[in-house]
Amino acid sequence: MNTVVAQLQRQFQDYLVSLYQQGFLDNQFTELRKLQDEGTPDFVAEVVSLFFDDCSKLINSMSRSLERPENVDFKQVDSGVHQLKGSSSSVGARRVKNVCISFKECCDVQNREGCLRCLQQVDYEYKMLKTKLQDLFNLEQQIVQAGGAIPQVNIN
Amino acid sequence: MNSGSCSSLMEVGYDHHHHGHEELHVLAVDDNLIDRKLVEKLLKISSCKVTTAENAIRALEYLGLGDHNQHMALTNNNLKVNLIITDYCMPGMTGFELLKKVKESSNLKEVPVVIMSSEYIPTRISKCLASGAQMFMQKPLKLSDVEKLKCHLMNSRS
Repeated sequence: MNTVVAQLQRQFQDYLVSLYQQGFLDNQFTELRKLQDEGTPDFVAEVVSLFFDDCSKLINSMSRSLERPENVDFKQVDSGVHQLKGSSSSVGARRVKNVCISFKECCDVQNREGCLRCLQQVDYEYKMLKTKLQDLFNLEQQIVQAGGAIPQVNIN
Repeated sequence: MNSGSCSSLMEVGYDHHHHGHEELHVLAVDDNLIDRKLVEKLLKISSCKVTTAENAIRALEYLGLGDHNQHMALTNNNLKVNLIITDYCMPGMTGFELLKKVKESSNLKEVPVVIMSSEYIPTRISKCLASGAQMFMQKPLKLSDVEKLKCHLMNSRS
């Protein structure tokens, strides 16, 4: 038995489980992983990459809308939060999604300060998740290069 | 209208007697790129042919119901859509409005329309079902949802 592969697989498994336990990911990420197959081995990485690009774009445009206190376009901000909430929910980015819930509430009552706090938080959370998932994908790559298979991980 | 001149077994169309061995052609409508990718993958894994549209206007144009081609009959069998799955909340025309346009069309009213939404609002759901939606699906979508959808569609055809 190739112990390098086994070690890497163990590392991968433990890391992925920790991401769920720490609340970075939820069950929808598991669902996303189910869609990946030999024909599309980069599906999850591609989707999350699109998600992170989306986060960046939306955060920038919402930031511009919130910039001037006397002229906040809450409609635009609400639209951005709606998009972000949808995307984060669809990929299983649990913490990002949860910030969006608070963000929407601030938007609904036109609380600019609250919105700015949420914006900062959502920026932090998506960047944090991006780093974590990059580490996860690196582990995956190492497993594949060592000739191993990516473990199916069951989260309960 | 189906001209009937090519009636091979592989023809997928509005024929209510055909059974589920041919590929279903699904038109998926959603303004969110990530959700479009997800629904497309889910449907492809379930052996469907998928066309995506980023808004209801583009979807209507694809279906031949756009403003500029009201008199155009869709004779290309490869474009025939067997199912429309659309998000409810979209800027411009909503999924609900798209549903109504499809059901008002003599060409397309038999095509099942499924509405998706991230929000669970019972009045919204009943409104859609009352206007002819085949089914309502809660986002985020999972593989099991698409399997349920296919079963539902197969049962409603027989």
